[in-house]
Amino acid sequence: MKALCWTGINKVSIETVDDPKILNAHDAIVKVTTTVTCGSDLHLLGGYVPGMRAGDILGHEFMGEIVEIGSAVTTRKVGDRVVVCSFMSCGHCSYCKAGKTSLCDNSNLHPGLGEGLWGASTGGCFGYSQITGGFAGSHADYVRVPFVDTGAFLVPDGVTDEQAVFASDAVPTGWMGADLGGVQPGDTVAVWGAGGVGQMAARASMLLGAEKVIVIDRFPERLAQVQQFIGAETLDYSATDVMAELRERTGGRGPDVAIEAVGMEAHSDRVDYVYDKVKTMLKLETDRPTALREAILAARKGGSVFVLGVYGGFVDKFPLGAVMNKALTVRSGQQFGHRYIPMLLERIAAGEISTDHLATHVMPLADAPRGYDMFKAKTDGCVRAVFRP
Amino acid sequence: MRARTILGLAALTAGTVTAAVARRRKQERQVDPERWYTVTIDVLGDQVDARHLPAPLADLDDLIEVRTVPAPGRRGTELSARVRQPEPPNGLGSLTARALGADPRQKVRQALREAKQLLEVGEIIQQEPQPQGHRPGTPAGKLIDVLAKRSKGEGVL
Repeated sequence: MKALCWTGINKVSIETVDDPKILNAHDAIVKVTTTVTCGSDLHLLGGYVPGMRAGDILGHEFMGEIVEIGSAVTTRKVGDRVVVCSFMSCGHCSYCKAGKTSLCDNSNLHPGLGEGLWGASTGGCFGYSQITGGFAGSHADYVRVPFVDTGAFLVPDGVTDEQAVFASDAVPTGWMGADLGGVQPGDTVAVWGAGGVGQMAARASMLLGAEKVIVIDRFPERLAQVQQFIGAETLDYSATDVMAELRERTGGRGPDVAIEAVGMEAHSDRVDYVYDKVKTMLKLETDRPTALREAILAARKGGSVFVLGVYGGFVDKFPLGAVMNKALTVRSGQQFGHRYIPMLLERIAAGEISTDHLATHVMPLADAPRGYDMFKAKTDGCVRAVFRP
Repeated sequence: MRARTILGLAALTAGTVTAAVARRRKQERQVDPERWYTVTIDVLGDQVDARHLPAPLADLDDLIEVRTVPAPGRRGTELSARVRQPEPPNGLGSLTARALGADPRQKVRQALREAKQLLEVGEIIQQEPQPQGHRPGTPAGKLIDVLAKRSKGEGVL
C-alpha cells in the first residue's frame, strides 16, 4: 500500500509499504477514507517531539471502513463506517475505566521512553512517534486499529467524511479543554489559537453555556472562520495589546477560563517570543510557552487555565507566581476522546458543531507532501489539509 | 536541523538514563538494594494469585520472587517482583547489558507489564510486524531503534 512517511526534519514522502495485519484478537484493519493533518503533526515533522524514526508513517486523525476484524471483536463488524479516536484505550485499566483514556496503561508498547522523560507514559497513539508507542499512522491506504471496540465509533448517516473526521481528535480535544477547564454557564472564555482545536474549544465553550468567547490569533482567514462558523469574538494579536484588550472586554477581570490551543511552537510579537526562540535554538529549552504564559497572566483571579497545546519537554520563565498568587487551577492532557466522541457525533449530525469548514484543502494521499507544505506554511489560507487515500 | 534531531534523541536518551541512574544511586545508598518492581492491576486480589502467575512471570520463576497485596481503597492489586540474586552493578557494563537486553531487571519489568496486559485485557499487545517506510541505518536512527526495542524493560517501573 501507499503511505506518507516521515523521512527527516521537515521531510516527508510517499512510499510503498507492507499492508498492516491483524496482530491481536481485539484488532481491526480500517481502510482509510479520510485522514487529516493536525497542528501537533507539525511538532513531529519539525523534530520537536523526540522519538521520530525515519520511515514512521504519520497521521492520527482519521476515519474509514472496517475491512477485517480480530477474533475477539464484539461490537464492530466488517463494513462499519467509523471514526477512530487518535489515542488508544484498552478499556480495562483503571485510567480507561475512569474515562481518562489517553492515560491508558496498556496501549503504549514503548513505556520506558515516556517514563524516562515524564515519569509516566501516555497511552498509545497512531502515527505519533516512538514515545507514544511507535504505531503506524493513518496517512495510508490501511491502518491497524488495536482495541477497535473501544476506539472506533459509528458515523451517523448523513454526516459526511469531512464532518466526521474531525471527531477523531480536534473536536474531542477542544471539548475536553472547555469541559475540564470548568466552563460554566455565563462564563467568559478566551482561547489562544484559531486552528482546528482552538475553534472547537471555542464552540464547546459556547455549547457549555459561556456567554462570551474570545479567540486569539493573527491569521485573518482563521479569525474569519471563527466569526462565521463558530460565532465567537476574535482578537488579532498582531494588531492590538492582547492583555489590555482582554481586560477591556472582560470588565477588568480577565477570562474565567483561559484555554491555550497553541503548543510548543508558539509565535508572538512580544519580546519573550524572541527570548524563547533564542533559547530553543541554543537548546536551553525545548518548547516555546509564549501563548501559555499569556494565558496564565490573563486569566482572572481564581480562574482556570487549560493547556490543550502539545508540549514535549521543558520550558523557561513559567509564571508560577501568577498561578499561585491568583489561585489558578491549571489542567492539561491529551484528549480523553472516548468519553466524548459519541455525543459529539450527535452534535455534528444535529448541526450544533460545524467542522467541515476546517477542511480547506482536500487532496489525494499522493499529494500529501504538498499538503504538509501548505499546512506548515499556512499558504492559500490552509487551515487543515485533508487526504483521501 | 540535524542538531535538533540529535539533541532530541539526546534528551530522550538522557531522560531514560537519568531516571535509571538516579534510581540506582538512591538504591545504592539504601540498606536493601533489592527493589520490588511493581504494577497495579485493576482487578481485586483473589483474581491475582501469586501461586498461579501469568506466563510472563511464571517463566521467570527461577529468577524472581513475586508478591501481591491489595491496593489501598480497593483500587486493585499491587503485583510486585524482584530479582532473587543481587542486581548487577551500574556503570558502563550495565549500560551495555541494557542496550543488549541482557539486564535481568529488564526481564522483570517486561514480564510485569505483560502480566498486567494479560490480567486486564486478556492478551499481550503485539506490534510487529507493522508497515513502515525505509529506515536508513543512521546512528540516530539506530539509537531510536535500540531505545524503542528495550523500552518495555526500561522506565521507572
